[in-house]
This record gives sequence, C-alpha cells and structure tokens, in this order.
Amino acid sequence: MPLSKDQVRHVAMLARIGLEPGDEEFYAEQLSGILEHIDRLQQVDTEAIPPTAQVVEVAATLRDDEPRPGLDQAEALANAPAAVDGFFRVPSIQEEA
Amino acid sequence: MPDIWDVVIGMEVHVQPRTRTKMFCGCAVGDVNDPPNSHVCEVCLGLPGVLPVINKAAVEACLKTALALNCEIPRHTKFDRKNYMYPDLPKGYQISQYDLPMSKNGYLEVGGRRVRIRRVHLEEDTGKLVHAGDKLHKAWESYVDLNRAGVPLMEIVSEPDLHSADEARDYAMELRTLLRAIGASEADMEKGQLRAEPNISIRRAGSSELGVKTEIKNINSFRALHRAIIYEVDRQSQVLESGGEVVQETRGWSEDEQRTFSQRSKEFAEDYRYFPEPDLPPLELDRAWIDELKSALPELPSVRRARLLDQLPAGQVAIIGADRELADLYESAVAKGAQALPTANWIVNEVAPSGKLLDAQNLAELMRLLAAGSITRDQAREAYFEAVETGRTPAEIVAEHGYSQVSDASELRVLAEAVIDANPKAAADYRAGRKQAMQALMADLRKRAPQANPKVATEVLLQLLA
Repeated sequence: MPLSKDQVRHVAMLARIGLEPGDEEFYAEQLSGILEHIDRLQQVDTEAIPPTAQVVEVAATLRDDEPRPGLDQAEALANAPAAVDGFFRVPSIQEEA
Repeated sequence: MPDIWDVVIGMEVHVQPRTRTKMFCGCAVGDVNDPPNSHVCEVCLGLPGVLPVINKAAVEACLKTALALNCEIPRHTKFDRKNYMYPDLPKGYQISQYDLPMSKNGYLEVGGRRVRIRRVHLEEDTGKLVHAGDKLHKAWESYVDLNRAGVPLMEIVSEPDLHSADEARDYAMELRTLLRAIGASEADMEKGQLRAEPNISIRRAGSSELGVKTEIKNINSFRALHRAIIYEVDRQSQVLESGGEVVQETRGWSEDEQRTFSQRSKEFAEDYRYFPEPDLPPLELDRAWIDELKSALPELPSVRRARLLDQLPAGQVAIIGADRELADLYESAVAKGAQALPTANWIVNEVAPSGKLLDAQNLAELMRLLAAGSITRDQAREAYFEAVETGRTPAEIVAEHGYSQVSDASELRVLAEAVIDANPKAAADYRAGRKQAMQALMADLRKRAPQANPKVATEVLLQLLA
C-alpha cells in the first residue's frame, strides 16, 4: 500500500525536513518501496523465534558512577551556529499559552 | 466541585536518582547555579560517532526504588529511542524504556490504601531552555543549557487509583519520603529532582467508564500539585456541565495565574516512533545483585511509622515519620536516654520548622537538662540553636551563659509581688474575672526574670491574686 502525500508530509514535519513542491510523490514512492520490503519480511514464520531487539549476543555493560572530564564551555559551543553568554542560541520555540 | 463527579487521577513522577554522573556518560551532575554548558561532553551533546554507556548507580537506584515499591523485576530489560525534535534534546531522541521497563506491577501504601504502580523505568533528562526577547517586536529566541541533558531520571507511573487532590498530594509526599528513606534520591521538588505530572479525568458518579483525561505539567511544589488538580477538576466539570467535551491534551500549570492552560500544538504531536536503542544491548539483571539490593534496603517508612505509633501520638508521627533524618534523630536521642514524648515534641516544634538538626547525643543531653528543670524552655531553645551553630555541647553553653531555672517558690514570690505592684490594672482585671490578664503579668515577670520556672511562677501569681 503506497504512502499518501499526507503521510509523507507528516513524517517530514516530525523529522523537521523541508519539502519542495513535487517532493511528496518522490518520497512517497521511495518510502513505499521500503515498507513493501518490510511487509515481505513480515511473511516469514517467526512463531518459534523469541522477539529480538538486538542481533549481537552481548549484554550491556555497566559503568561505575565516576565523573570524567568532558568539554569545557568554549569547546562545547565551538561548533554552534550562534551562542550567547554560554548558551546555545536557537530560533524561538516559545509555546503559545 | 459538585458531588455528581468522580475524580480519577494517575500520576507520572520523574525522579532524579542520587548519582554523581549522567545516565550515559561520565559528565558530572551539576548544580542549578553552575554556568550553562559546563557539564557536557560529546555523548550528551549528541555529537556524531559517540556511544552511550549505562550508569550502574542509576540502575541501582532504580532497582532499589522498584523493590521498595513492591515491583516485579524482569530478567531482561532494554532501552528504546523516543524520537522528537526539540532544541533541549540534542540527539533528536531521548533514550527511554518502552515495552521492557526495569520493573512493573508494584504498589505504594498511602494512608492505609494501596496505590498500584504500573512501572518504574529509567531514562535521561533533557536540557534547559530559557526564552528571551522582545515581545513587542516578536523577536523571540531561546537559549539552551545542556547541563541537565542526559541526567538520569526514574519515571514512576501509577495506575489511576487516586481520587482527589488530597490523595494525589499525599501519594507524591509518601513517594518522596520513601525515596529519601532508601537513599535513591534527594527528591527535592524545588531543585526539580521530583516532578509530578497528574493525569486527570472525571466521570459521572457510579459510572465505570473513564472520562477523557488531561495531563498537567510544570508543577514544582506539593501545594501547586494540589491546587492544579482542584482547578482542573473544576474546569472539566464546568466544560461537561455546559454540554462541552474535554479535549485530551497536555496542559501547563501557571503558578502566577493559578490556572492550567492548553499546551496543545502541532510541535507536541505524540508520534514518538519508539524503537529499540541500537547503541545499547539489552541489559540482563543479575538475580544475585537484586537479592543483595533487596536485603540491604533499610526499614521502609510505612513500617517505621507503625513502630513509632506504638510510642507516640499520630500528630507527632505524621511529622517525624515523614522524614528519615527526623526519625533517626528521634530514635537515637531516645536510645541515648531522652524521654520519648518531650523529645518528639521538641523535634516537631523546634527541629522540623527550622530544619536545623543537632546530633542525637547533644539533643539527649539537652532534653535531660530540660526534664530535670535545670533550665527553662526558652533557655533550652537558645542553647539548642547555639549548639547547632557552634558545635559546642548544650552543657557547656548552659554553664557559660549561667542558664538556670529558678523554681524556688519563696524566691519567685518576691518577684511576683513586684510584678503585681507594677501592673495594678492587669492585677485588678484578673481579680475581676478577666483570666487573660494573667498573660500580661506573666510576660512582665519573664522579662524581669527569664530564668523563672513558668509553671511555678504562674502558681505563685495565682496564690497572690486569689
């Protein structure tokens, strides 16, 4: 089942990707192809297989709670497009009351 | 609120476990007043090519909390990505837990009732946003501090078992008491270490169908929690009574305006596209470790409270039993020979309001001096706070100031006669039946002789005025 243009726009909005006119059809076709492939995988009988979140057979290791030096403020902000008084500066995301 | 509505409340409580470092990197957990972006690294900034590593202390605090809340702990747990775009979230996703949380199906006893706990899981906090700009020209911008980004958080989710603002507040307070008692968190609401988000719905009394719920955020005190719920229940009942429909949404609490307001927006569309965190293998929870944590849990507040109720009235237990430090102080002082009820009263009246704790040995000594009648209560109070400030013992302070209590009736009689002579109107008033005139006479007596035993002095005055 191909994706609708609305679905493409919704996914683009969630990912904050800007679309040019005509992009919806282009991505609808590409993404539909991926979904069709997943649908094909869904047909495999997995009845006897436990759910798998990871393919590597290792368990997570835990880290001791010891502080380690990170980046200082100047280093942290070095790649920021804009910074003010030690903060990253971003366009307004003020919520409307 | 009219009685025709039943209120149904579930709570999501976010708690910052007591750790030195963040959830997935070695950055120190800073203080609110630290300079912005001074506790950050490649991992919590979400720079390319980095990998998270789980903080053992955060897992331990979460497991202790889950055990204290009588939860089931599975053998395997995993982390998931919760995807959304927001400037306080540098990676573009939050590492949280979705379908295999650290624990589930527990309960907390609150006021003799069981509130079921759906789950306790681990996740990471987001950064802090400061909004600034020129309202007139709408030239707003936001500033981002990522010191908090990646700080560990436990999320404790209750079932909708609460039915009033009082119950919801009591639940949150009991949770705080428990978290502090087991050392899992300092749970200081003012510092954002405990954040309560109630979800609230109402339904016709007797109906078994749940109404549409709203969730309230931005609550930073128990009082605000209580008020926000009362406001929201009132708002929902007005909407329904006027024929409207409650909209399922997130609402913010405005402390300034004492109201909730809609935070609905396209930006907050709940479409998180959870999937298993590919950078973290599943976590196996070692049974031996869990058994060890379970057996190391201290006495839980509910058990301690029951024990205190054998020795003390309920009013004192409500205050002392709600705070591990106060309860420890009380029990240690009594173990060192202080009398139970006077010590409890002292803690309730002097220690709890001031937040200043003396060590148990010195408190016991002070209580003995007071019980023996060697010093007055006012002197004991001064000696207490001086001992807290200076670290010296109450006995030293009492000796140095020459604190003593005069309980000798013949000595106090001379003083009482002088007071009556100096206050003829008050004396006459008292003799004429206005009993409250005694207060003025006692005030003057204590001004002249702070060391006078108030009980004996009152008796002497009564004799002279009879």
